[in-house]
Amino acid sequence: MEPLTNKKKVLAQKPLTFAERMYLPAITKGLSITISHFFKKEATIRYPEVEREFSTNWRGMHSLKRDEEGRERCTACGLCALSCPAEAITMIAAERKPEEKHLYREEKYAAMYEINMLRCIFCGLCEEACPKEAIYLDGPIVPSDYLRKDFIYGKDKLVEAPLTLK
Amino acid sequence: MGTSVFYIVAALSVFFSLMVIFSKNPVHSVLYLIVTFFTFTVHYILLNAQFLAVVNFIVYMGAIMVLFLFVLMLLNLNKDNEPLKSPLVKIVGIIAGCCLVVTLVGSLKATAVSNPLLLKNPGLGLIQNLGRELFGPFMLPFELSSILLLTAMVGAVLLTKKEKI
Amino acid sequence: MEIAFVLEKFILVTIIFAISLVIAMYSTYAERKVAAFLQDRLGPDRAGPFGILQPLADGVKMFMKEEIVPTNSNKWLFMVGPGLAMLTACIGTAVIPWGTAIQIGERVIPLQVTDINVGLLYIFGVVSLGVYGVMIGGWASNNKYSLLSAIRAASQNISYEIAMGLSIIALLLVSGTLSLKEIVEQQHGWHWNVIYQPIGFILFLICAFAETNRAPFDLPECETELIGGYHTEYSSMKLGFYLFAEYINMFVSSAVIASLYFGGYNYPGMDWVLQHTGTTIGPLIGTLVFFIKIFAFIFFFMWVRWTIPRFRYDQLMHLGWKVLIPLAIANIIVTGVVIAIIEKF
Repeated sequence: MEPLTNKKKVLAQKPLTFAERMYLPAITKGLSITISHFFKKEATIRYPEVEREFSTNWRGMHSLKRDEEGRERCTACGLCALSCPAEAITMIAAERKPEEKHLYREEKYAAMYEINMLRCIFCGLCEEACPKEAIYLDGPIVPSDYLRKDFIYGKDKLVEAPLTLK
Repeated sequence: MGTSVFYIVAALSVFFSLMVIFSKNPVHSVLYLIVTFFTFTVHYILLNAQFLAVVNFIVYMGAIMVLFLFVLMLLNLNKDNEPLKSPLVKIVGIIAGCCLVVTLVGSLKATAVSNPLLLKNPGLGLIQNLGRELFGPFMLPFELSSILLLTAMVGAVLLTKKEKI
Repeated sequence: MEIAFVLEKFILVTIIFAISLVIAMYSTYAERKVAAFLQDRLGPDRAGPFGILQPLADGVKMFMKEEIVPTNSNKWLFMVGPGLAMLTACIGTAVIPWGTAIQIGERVIPLQVTDINVGLLYIFGVVSLGVYGVMIGGWASNNKYSLLSAIRAASQNISYEIAMGLSIIALLLVSGTLSLKEIVEQQHGWHWNVIYQPIGFILFLICAFAETNRAPFDLPECETELIGGYHTEYSSMKLGFYLFAEYINMFVSSAVIASLYFGGYNYPGMDWVLQHTGTTIGPLIGTLVFFIKIFAFIFFFMWVRWTIPRFRYDQLMHLGWKVLIPLAIANIIVTGVVIAIIEKF
């Protein structure tokens, strides 16, 4: 077929010279390359014991944040669930009682807050949607598990530990 | 002890040779033939013919039977694609078989028990003695047989050539 | 036949069998480690310190796996295949001289199971028989890939056997004997056959790669074309036997190469060492040297596997028939002429 453009480059494959057809020099060259790697430092990181540093824009497991007084910031507005493209977030809102003032910052709070880690695609849209700066994807890698139900993370796993005052 | 081993091995070789004929699957036949050759190897060792034993082992068991097996596996013969034999072929087969049996029985009747042949040199089968014999008194037959093999090889190559020569 | 003789041989056979199995076991571990190091990785390091128990873990896994026999396979031959592969791999060790005779008290014990005067041909025969395990297993699986692999294995083995035999003939011209013991004895000190037969050594090495089905000639089991080749249908310890037989083959062929071309248990300065260590310890040092040579060759097998890509089938046949065999014949002629000239003058 006549080429439409002149971009085609014809590569003439030269027949191998006698030295090249002997193969043995090429094989020894290859062997010397591989043996040089034998003494190089290995690139492996032994994961569970040693962890590689995450990049600054890494998105890992979600955490529900507390404010400076240790109260939960989440007000259960549902914007994160709405923005979630994978529909991984569900929550049930409840009204704060007067004696719970030290626990929740706003009058409304999330009584139940669940993220299905099998659905979550770690896009970070919930983080962007949150008006209260309550959810951040700043955790580690989500660990593996055996049962599907164990991947539905409730508040017990998501809310960050309360501040311990010195 | 040598005789009892001989009788056991001889019985085994007869048994496996019969199995070669009676097994229906051609691949099984070849496998039984391999075992038969193995018993022959044992016979050679009993006769103190070590070189012959090993050569039988390498050439027959290791090379020729591998080729047999190779061809049979390529052909992949089984019951489904076996063509039905016409009755004429069967009748011809029966007649040929009967002729063979008659000839065998006749020749067996004609034979008489001869004196056992005694080997003058019991170490003849060892490789050094065998080499001296082959390249000394039997030089001409040995070389002629090698020429025969070469001719066969050239013939085989010629058969595979497609173009006319 | 005295009882002590039988007992001595029995113990020797048991020890050699155990050693070859343990070495094959740790070759699997070594293969993974070497592969990892050559690729800047770590390799197995979870089972025990440095992963030293990995072969045990693999063995337990193999035994625990479900055993599957395909419905339309030939059940009996399907079982015979791996057993035959294992058998032919193991019996090769019988004629290899592992060391000079040790003297314990009054008794002199040769470190070789039998010294038959056709030892080299025996090895050759065992090698040529090795293909049956693959062929029978591949055919009995009743699977197209396995069958193709069995056929490949057969034609590959037969082709390379010829070149291997021809390369050995040149060696026989030099040594003048077929007994492995005598061949090794002749290479006393540093008179290794590799010095007299460099081309023969290279030819033999290439053929050994092909006969053990190791990369770059592992066409019978190439994953990209034939899935797993002849062991596609195998599972559990039957598969384990096939994989294991490959490593035993590698060990045996390393031992054969070391004793044919690299002097076996001989090493430069061995007379001095023998004089100073006595007749019990001295031979054992020779055996140790022999094993170091074997390990070096096993390492070489692995090193080549992780360096050179697999041959294409027509390239394999081209190399075997059009390169190796003419080279081997030329080697025989040159060796014969040189020996004749040396004898004349």
